[in-house]
Amino acid sequence: MNWDAHLAVYAVVLPLLTAPLCVLFGGRRLAWLLSLTAALLGLLSSIGLLYQVHQSGEIHYALGGWPAPWGIEYRVDLLSAFMLLLISSIATVVFSYAPRSVDAEVGPNRQVGLYAGMLLVYAGLSGIAVTGDVFNAFVFLEIASLASYALISLGSDRRALTAAFQYLVMGSLGATFILIGIGFLYMMTGTLNFSDLALRLPAVAGASTTQAGFAFLTVGLALKVAMFPLHLWLPNAYSHAPTIVSTFLAATSTKIAAYLLVRVIFSVFGSEFTFGQMSLHHILLPLASVAVISGSLVAVFQDDLKRMFAYSSVAQIGYILIGISLNNHEGLTASILHLFNHALMKGAVFLALGAIAWRIGSVRLSDMAGLGRRMPWTLGALIIGGLSLIGVPLTAGFINKWYLLDALLLHDWWLLLPIIALGSLLAVVYLWRVIEVSCFRPCPTDCQRTEAPASLLLPTWGLAFANLYFGIDTRLTLGNAEAAATVLLGGAR
Amino acid sequence: MSGQFLIGATLILPLLGAGLILLLRRHAGVRDALVLLVPLVLLAVVLQLAQHHQQETPSELILATPIPGLDLVFLTEPLGLLFASVAALLWPVAALYSIGYLRANNTFRQSRFHAFFALAIASAMGLALAGNLLTLFVFYELLTLSTYPLVVHNGDRKSLCAGRTYLGVLLLSSLGLLLPAIVWTWAAADTLTFTPGGILQGKLPDSQLTILLLLFLFGIGKAALMPIHRWLPAAMVAPTPVSALLHAVAVVKAGVFSVLKVAVYVFGTDLLGELDVSHWAFGIAAFTTLSASVIALRQDNLKRRLAYSTIGQLAYVALGVFILAPLSLTAAAFHVAAHAFGKITLFFAAGAIYTASHKTEISQLGGIGRRMPWTLAAFSVGAASMIGIPPAAGFLTKWYLLLGAWQSEHLAAILVITISTLLNTAYFVPIIYTAWFGKAIGQPPPGEAPPMVVIPLVLTAGLSVLLFFVPGPLIQLIDLIPGTQT
Repeated sequence: MNWDAHLAVYAVVLPLLTAPLCVLFGGRRLAWLLSLTAALLGLLSSIGLLYQVHQSGEIHYALGGWPAPWGIEYRVDLLSAFMLLLISSIATVVFSYAPRSVDAEVGPNRQVGLYAGMLLVYAGLSGIAVTGDVFNAFVFLEIASLASYALISLGSDRRALTAAFQYLVMGSLGATFILIGIGFLYMMTGTLNFSDLALRLPAVAGASTTQAGFAFLTVGLALKVAMFPLHLWLPNAYSHAPTIVSTFLAATSTKIAAYLLVRVIFSVFGSEFTFGQMSLHHILLPLASVAVISGSLVAVFQDDLKRMFAYSSVAQIGYILIGISLNNHEGLTASILHLFNHALMKGAVFLALGAIAWRIGSVRLSDMAGLGRRMPWTLGALIIGGLSLIGVPLTAGFINKWYLLDALLLHDWWLLLPIIALGSLLAVVYLWRVIEVSCFRPCPTDCQRTEAPASLLLPTWGLAFANLYFGIDTRLTLGNAEAAATVLLGGAR
Repeated sequence: MSGQFLIGATLILPLLGAGLILLLRRHAGVRDALVLLVPLVLLAVVLQLAQHHQQETPSELILATPIPGLDLVFLTEPLGLLFASVAALLWPVAALYSIGYLRANNTFRQSRFHAFFALAIASAMGLALAGNLLTLFVFYELLTLSTYPLVVHNGDRKSLCAGRTYLGVLLLSSLGLLLPAIVWTWAAADTLTFTPGGILQGKLPDSQLTILLLLFLFGIGKAALMPIHRWLPAAMVAPTPVSALLHAVAVVKAGVFSVLKVAVYVFGTDLLGELDVSHWAFGIAAFTTLSASVIALRQDNLKRRLAYSTIGQLAYVALGVFILAPLSLTAAAFHVAAHAFGKITLFFAAGAIYTASHKTEISQLGGIGRRMPWTLAAFSVGAASMIGIPPAAGFLTKWYLLLGAWQSEHLAAILVITISTLLNTAYFVPIIYTAWFGKAIGQPPPGEAPPMVVIPLVLTAGLSVLLFFVPGPLIQLIDLIPGTQT
């Protein structure tokens, strides 16, 4: 059997099949082992897939042998492969971190369900990344979202239930909007395939149905992306869920939603329609700017660190949306790069917070006096992630901030300059709050060195180190982001 | 030894030193020996590098290419070598002083102190040898971050508050003003490499160049041009060795050095000559030096007075650039060294006075010169350098500044320099007079501070005098900078 030919589907099929296996066999250790194996195999296949796309260009894979546009087609270009690599890497890191963290936060009889749910989210997000069919994307989006709702409710805090319910209501709203949008598009063009839609939409671009479809689709996606003011589900969801769930969702789910938005804007509708006819940037830019400022500002005043960094995510998503709305090569490169880098940053931060929670049972800043002396390595990883969020040079976050500033300056968007700067400065303030309390306040009891265990520390530092590495050697991340941006802007109409 | 190896050694040596110091933290004796040894080796390396540059071609070292078209690159050139040499020369002296000071004052966490000190020097070296604006920015930020733990070393509420001001002002200016300025330069000129003659000629309309220059001037917060100066008095809460080396030498020199680099190698002296904003920049520098001197007059705390004196003196460097005369530019570069030697002496002396007598306010210093003659003699030499009286090196700075201003008929400059010199005299001479001839107030100190504290300050005072009598080699190096001439 030619393994190479089916690389496109492995990352989707493997976790999708492993999830019921976990439940079938029961036993939390086995479930964990199966999940880790699925993630590792998925990572290997995504690396292979990226390599394949570099060698032979865009891959078209007809699912079940049924040809497009009637059959569901997987269409893997550089951006898709890049996103798949991202999801698989984060999944692998998170699953290797999982056992001790999950043992501390989730009851033993629910852990199998947790691992199965994580695999379903993984499968769903991977599916969105590689699919070339808009309804298929919706299906995978729903698979991932429904599993996420369940996962969030597994948090040890009672508020996890309400957070999950709130996310369920808002998420379903978003999904319904997306479905309506897809329906309208199908009505006007008779097809669900991305490339086919791209061919047929120009003819019907003037129709109000198409425009309505566009509106529903973008609003629905904006909710999934947690764009201000549709972000209200995010802080609760991230702060009350178990650590590995928060990490995985923070690092990947909003990124994939952003990816889908990029796909819809550039590959389906095309930048002319989106920014010319529909003037989407008139809506996105102001809202994204508000997201940057308000997200960072609210983060400054949080005592619960998971909540603080959840609001930080809202701000970072604002940056990504600004980059997309600029509709130029540098801006799109910056945003695609930011998708990858943000996963690294937030991943490191949330894993570090999980280690802290494991050790002291809390993620409140008021409980962390002097923590820097008791858990220096953990806090070091947290600080590196934070520095990357600020955009300090030699971290990955600096590179995408650079490209975003470059995009603004090349195209005379002077007004956005102070907003980007202010966002960075507010990030300095909230990170600095963490550093001051943890490193410069005396310990409440003794300052014994009680570092987190290696199984938690190693994956955390893996991501923290990646932040530093990709701030210096950017060939993988920036190279792929730039190439993907070129394809999206050139290939799109 | 190849130039590349030497550049690498300059950067790695202080880093290695920091690591070793932390590893050896439980063995105070060995650690302190290391704290003295590493700076001496670095000095040897930097001098070797300077020699290599003058005898052969400039050396270049590329570390990485984070952004296509932009490397993290180091390049030897006269101005950078000047800064690196001054910092490398003063580090061993400051190391000796800091060991003595910390021990005499029973300071805690000495290893952490020395380690971050070494990291700060490493950042300063990287900044000195930076070959383009990106590399300069990277090490500029690293310098801010590595000096923060030193500023808040005492850990008390006052230090943390001051640390907040320090970090806030410096990061606000660098992330909010300097980074956009750098990216803007990149967007306009497609390169960030320091080039003689500048890289912005003809790339942007004059109105935009105006804003860009102002962004650079205020973005380089370490140059302490008003109103981006509040971090300097705030940093005085740090232990005196920090104030001496970092805030008289490394950090502030990094600021004015960056201003010089931007002026000479990014804008170019010709372009600056054509722009109107150069006159505004002159005005900002003039305002800074005059107001800082006036504020200094009203400070009773010795270190605070010295801090405001530093702000005023740094503005001389900016003044030297924007008088737009070749001789004034020479003065600006020369002042990097002259001010360093003078100010470090002054701060060392302030620390010695505190160590011996626990006095910090000028009004308490009556008659102290009679009990601490060596310290006050050195202090007087340092003060003479700041005022600009021979035989201290600061005299040469004022001489070149005035000569350049006279040659380009810049009457405002002559006026500003004269008035500020008078103000400098007004706030330094009373200190010296009180110390030597005043009535003793309170407990007089038993004598001089311990030798490890006094020897360095006598050494640096001596350097100040030496530079006055033998400025030749330094002037030779400065003459290689485009736009200068003696």
